[in-house]
Amino acid sequence: MAFQRRASARALWLALLLVSMSTLSGCKHTDDPVVPAFKGLDITGVNYGQDFRLTDVDGRERTLADFKGQAVMLYFGFVQCPDVCPTALARAVETRRLLGAAGARLQVIFVTLDPERDTAAILKEYMAAFDPSFIALHGDAQRTRETADHFKVYYKKVPTGQSYTMDHSAVSYVFDPAGRLRVVLRHEQTAQDYAHDIALLLKAP
Amino acid sequence: MKLNHMALSMCLLACACMAQAQVTVKDAWVRGTVPQQKSSGAFMQLTSGKDVRLLAATSPVANVVELHEMVMDQDVMKMRQIPGLDLVPGRVLELKPGGYHVMLIDLKGQLKGGDLVPITLTFEDSKTKTRFTQDVSAPVTALGAGNGPAPAGHMGHKP
Repeated sequence: MAFQRRASARALWLALLLVSMSTLSGCKHTDDPVVPAFKGLDITGVNYGQDFRLTDVDGRERTLADFKGQAVMLYFGFVQCPDVCPTALARAVETRRLLGAAGARLQVIFVTLDPERDTAAILKEYMAAFDPSFIALHGDAQRTRETADHFKVYYKKVPTGQSYTMDHSAVSYVFDPAGRLRVVLRHEQTAQDYAHDIALLLKAP
Repeated sequence: MKLNHMALSMCLLACACMAQAQVTVKDAWVRGTVPQQKSSGAFMQLTSGKDVRLLAATSPVANVVELHEMVMDQDVMKMRQIPGLDLVPGRVLELKPGGYHVMLIDLKGQLKGGDLVPITLTFEDSKTKTRFTQDVSAPVTALGAGNGPAPAGHMGHKP
């Protein structure tokens, strides 16, 4: 008997707790739309990754300002990469498809970490294989290093046989249409997660 | 009656052939490349009736072929050559994006969607230490056309 009473008291307490929790989170959502719940990591306000100055495949110098009004997804990689980079680009294609009409306002940018091998010609072909709207950017060795450092992107040449491969950070940075760095998404996350966060950024006033 | 005999013997022959192929390869595919791209990866599912180790691979499309493992270490992608991969009976060894792959290095030409890439896998019987090879014909999934075997791909199988 005593046990039963204790159990029902506990059930009531739990129910109250749940109700108050849902009310609280409800408040948060309605009163505070500026803090969207991202699937990726919210990095709004960080002091790195403010801008870049790199060359596109047609030889033009590009900075973030060129893409105002669009969400920008920035990924660092290299063409001779057999696995992680094409997987990331395939996911970017899928993300853009999931966004529907809003996908037109997403600019995917691929920055090569291997300017030695990734010439403009090869980068152009590589992007076109995924989505002709994707932009590939490159710099010389020094500019590449500076850009990667500014975005806290790690990369390192690793010899394999007579050639080399590269270890590199495999995250995607997303800027909002105002050009502010907002979210970083991980390689393990799905296209649905990516589309979710980019849709939020494109909707925000 | 005669026909029955023939069917039976054909069946026995097929069984014998299957017993010889000690490793079964399924859904093999190679990621396509753009011209001038010098490397790519091959992926497949391997199963074996006994303990064997995949030691090496060769292919006429590439000057160098290595077994690789990709790992994510705190959001950093690392790719390393590995000396071999053990197959345990009853367990599928998956070579797939995000894990193991056969790395094709110094490609001799572009790999286009629908091309068939011959790959010879070398295995070692873990008990007897005898080596044997198995040929695979892996269809190419065009770059950007997906992250797995091409949908029409029933060609990946090797009888």
